[in-house]
Amino acid sequence: MTGVLSLLPEGRHGLLTRPPGGGPVPYEDASRYLAAGGYTPAPAPDALLERIDAVGLRGRGGAGFPAALKLRAVRDAPGTPVVVANGEEGEPGSVKDRWLLRHRPHLVLDGLRLAAAMTGAGRGCVYLSDARAERAVLRALAERPAGPPVDVVRTLHSYVAGEESAAVRRIDGGPALPTAKPPRPFERGVGGAPTLVANVETLARIALLHTWPEAAPGIADAHLVTLSGSGGRPALAEVAAGTRLDDLAGSCGHEKAEAVLLGGLFGGLYGTGWADLPLDQDGLRTAGGALGCGALYFLRPEDCPVAVATEATAYLAAQSARQCGVCVSGTGALAGALAAVVRGTAEPGTPDKLRRWSRQLPGRGACGLLDAAARIAASLLTHFPDRVDAHRYPGCPGCAGPSAEDGRRFLVAVP
Amino acid sequence: MKLLLDSTLCQGYGLCREPAPELIDLDDFGYARLLETSVPPAGEDAARAAVAACPNSALRLGK
Repeated sequence: MTGVLSLLPEGRHGLLTRPPGGGPVPYEDASRYLAAGGYTPAPAPDALLERIDAVGLRGRGGAGFPAALKLRAVRDAPGTPVVVANGEEGEPGSVKDRWLLRHRPHLVLDGLRLAAAMTGAGRGCVYLSDARAERAVLRALAERPAGPPVDVVRTLHSYVAGEESAAVRRIDGGPALPTAKPPRPFERGVGGAPTLVANVETLARIALLHTWPEAAPGIADAHLVTLSGSGGRPALAEVAAGTRLDDLAGSCGHEKAEAVLLGGLFGGLYGTGWADLPLDQDGLRTAGGALGCGALYFLRPEDCPVAVATEATAYLAAQSARQCGVCVSGTGALAGALAAVVRGTAEPGTPDKLRRWSRQLPGRGACGLLDAAARIAASLLTHFPDRVDAHRYPGCPGCAGPSAEDGRRFLVAVP
Repeated sequence: MKLLLDSTLCQGYGLCREPAPELIDLDDFGYARLLETSVPPAGEDAARAAVAACPNSALRLGK
């Protein structure tokens, strides 16, 4: 069972709650949320926006874009904006967004109310696929004391359904598939209106730093992360930015890990040196990885990074929306080449081909799925060239089992 | 001038490269890959020709 743990320094205001004495986390109803200071009026939305800017809050959906910049872009675009709470969590290894919606939907709705005030939006939308999250949000909407009209739009779960342009398309009645940019949703989104598509954790942090202005830097700096791997225990954790990855691994039984897959399937593999990496967006980007949605998958010494990369790219290839030819061909070629490496049937030129493709393909699809697959291949060759080479000979124990393309290795249950 | 490619529309006909080899390359799979998105003044005619060459209107010009 997936654990829930706060690794924040004592006294910090966090998003995770645990009932005293353990047991399941209860739904936070409106009276509890109000008693905790929620839904306080926001007479000066510009002051809140300035605070968000000052503390440097970044989006938590994956791209890590500065929240204040996005809010201002939506506010300043012509037309009456729409605000969207994006709770469609596409990464199989991430649980934070569904946990928030299921257990603390008022925090998200309060953040959505504040985002509407800051951008001048007339209405909002909660976008999700999880049935339990939907029930919690509908209950919270019926209870909430304040806020703009909010629709709940449900989609079918897929890897790309939570991408912001896919969310807009689905809310407008279409399929949950990404569109080419420009335009981005802040220019033309739901119903053609400038649209803020904000991850539910981002909105929850906005609500928290409205309620607790003096604690704003620590609130903006913390991250929800999902920790998993073939050993240890999966966990949803809240941590301060800059926490070393080995401290995170140690918190849930992954201290023997030899490598990590970063950012769900988005940040690539990291081998030697992973333990010293700091958990923050810029630190991981500098190291050639990405924090993405904050999901980390730890590999034990007996896990084969080639097998992990193969399953990850096979899953991405299967999840391609099949809209972009370059994505269909590119993810298929990457997954096929890696599968050949695992089987020991790769040609001598395969690593060079993988390197060339991983340089050619990023940034080419309508969404980031192709980039994720390319980064996995590139990082495998950078960090584990010997392991790739060793597959020219049969007998890798980590590759003995069948490799799945349904992403089951990476799946974490919502606590 | 900017050259924009809608990758959901690119079918890999490959007809865009010939008029604009300095702006567009074809990848290993035959799909167009932009080498430059900001078109220099000297390349504007080539960019227009590439846009006109695409049978599926995957390329367009922007500001």
